[in-house]
Amino acid sequence: MQEQPLLSIDNLHVKFSRSEDEVFAVNGVSFAIHANESLGIVGESGSGKSVTLMSSIGLLRENGKITSGTANFLGKDLLKLRPRQLEDIRGRDIGVVFQDPMTSLNPVMRIGDQIMEAMLTHQYAGRREAFERTIQLLHEMGIPDPKSRFKNYPHEFSGGMRQRIMIAIALACEPQLLIADEPTTALDVTVQMQILALLQDLRRKHGMSVVMVTHDFGLATNFCDKIIVMYGGKIMEMATTDQFIREATHPYSIGLKRSIIEVGHKGKEIISIPKSAKTLTETPAGCPFAERCTYKTERCHHEVPELRTFGIDHQIACHHAEEVASYAV
Amino acid sequence: MASSAVIKKSDAVVKKRTFHRSPFYQGWKRFKNHKLAVIGMVWVVLFLIAGIIGPYVAPYDYRSGDFLAINQGPSWQHIFGTDNVGHDMFSQILYSVRSALIIAFGATVVSFVIGIILGLWAGLRGGIADMIIMRAVDFMMTLPGFLFALILVILLGRGYTSLILAIGIPGWAGYARLIRSLVLGMRDGEMVEAARALGASQAHIARRYMLPNVIGSMGVALAFGIPGDLTQIAGLSIFGMGLQPPIPSFGNMIAQASDNILGFPWLLYFPAGIFALTLLAFLFVADGLQEAFSPKGGN
Repeated sequence: MQEQPLLSIDNLHVKFSRSEDEVFAVNGVSFAIHANESLGIVGESGSGKSVTLMSSIGLLRENGKITSGTANFLGKDLLKLRPRQLEDIRGRDIGVVFQDPMTSLNPVMRIGDQIMEAMLTHQYAGRREAFERTIQLLHEMGIPDPKSRFKNYPHEFSGGMRQRIMIAIALACEPQLLIADEPTTALDVTVQMQILALLQDLRRKHGMSVVMVTHDFGLATNFCDKIIVMYGGKIMEMATTDQFIREATHPYSIGLKRSIIEVGHKGKEIISIPKSAKTLTETPAGCPFAERCTYKTERCHHEVPELRTFGIDHQIACHHAEEVASYAV
Repeated sequence: MASSAVIKKSDAVVKKRTFHRSPFYQGWKRFKNHKLAVIGMVWVVLFLIAGIIGPYVAPYDYRSGDFLAINQGPSWQHIFGTDNVGHDMFSQILYSVRSALIIAFGATVVSFVIGIILGLWAGLRGGIADMIIMRAVDFMMTLPGFLFALILVILLGRGYTSLILAIGIPGWAGYARLIRSLVLGMRDGEMVEAARALGASQAHIARRYMLPNVIGSMGVALAFGIPGDLTQIAGLSIFGMGLQPPIPSFGNMIAQASDNILGFPWLLYFPAGIFALTLLAFLFVADGLQEAFSPKGGN
């Protein structure tokens, strides 16, 4: 028997109502993350990867609605909690780092105060301890001269530095779970690696779990223990990173892997996935990826493929996974 | 080496300028570079001082006229001359500054408070409340504010309070619209989302995140509102709907003087000139504030 997962999301459905129609953003997503694990959720824009996580911690936009599902975190169903109780959990037990550090900080507040604020709001520490911990956090984030930087305003920092501050804020109360929503997308590649290394280091040191939402395959395979590929609001493939690298089989995963441009791979063909992702305005009758899939058959249009076990630590939602695997090898 | 020394020096300059500077401090620095705004500021401060100490230093009482010296030109005794019942114009102006300031600030505060409450409500609540408030704003915008104020004065009377209300009440719509748009711009922004992700409550977000970030823009709107209200007071007085005549006011003086403009033009020059300069000064200050604090002003 495996230990209790830290966060387990079960059969989550989320839809957004627009003035003229409804968008089905998440259609039955289930996964679990255990203590000390890092999970990467990969997918194109609009695949529902961010929405899955944000809705589970109550950060849905007003027009979004969770139609069914549960999200168990430490024995509590986050989706059933009152807003007040969620506020207690967010920031204390679950930290969040967003994509754009340039606009996520309050421009009229000193950064030290912003880091302290998280601790004071959650009564995690008194003023004195909070101050000392802030200095310590800034130091851990690799920000030089933390004592004098404490008094700086966000506009006095570069993008990479601001993201470090965002991470410091997210980690201030030592959360057990960190949700990183494309934490490095807005940064330079060199800075990306620094931030990732920092996150990895902090994860080891504090023993926390990280869910990383990204569209960067390389980043996910480098950083995470487990990878989930999402498309059309559903999980297409889920595997441990090693398994995934070796035997990713879903046509969509293969397509994603082929469309990556790598340095030093001159001559290697880059194949893009035909057509582009569509916004789902009705529940699909078949596989959401069918339209763009080169392996599709009649069956794919009529029957929704369920996530099924394909190998050890490897699940896939494709009717033709076996055939695809035999072609691909 | 010379070049490395130069680089070092410029580094030091950059450091000195950018460290620990709050956005408000930066705004102040930009404001200081705006020459007209600073000149306007000096005039506004003088005007404020005159409003506060004016009645105590005025050489003559505003009620008692010297019937032996009416309609006099400027002299050492009456530096701005006297009017048709022998009031000292300089003293009259000093008294007028106070009444003008009380009504202008009072009216601006009234419109601002109504505007901020309704604007916040519309912006944060959205939905039906938003729709009703914004339609009310549209309605107010189509009404000629001056006419509305005139009607209110007729209904409420001509005291300080009623003038403040008459000028203040019609003015809320602009503020409400501004605050709503600022709140809407921020409500779904990354900063507020990040704060929510940290577990901040709605009230906390409104207080610590939204308010400090809109204060600059609201200050600018206030600064533009005051000269507008000053004009309205004077306008009402010229229509005979301002403060009751024994109480001096710019509008009353200008109205009176314009009857005798050919005989005693200086009676018009001083009050009208000072009033016009004051309006200009307030506008310069508002302009400087806008350049220094509005989001487009750099940074």
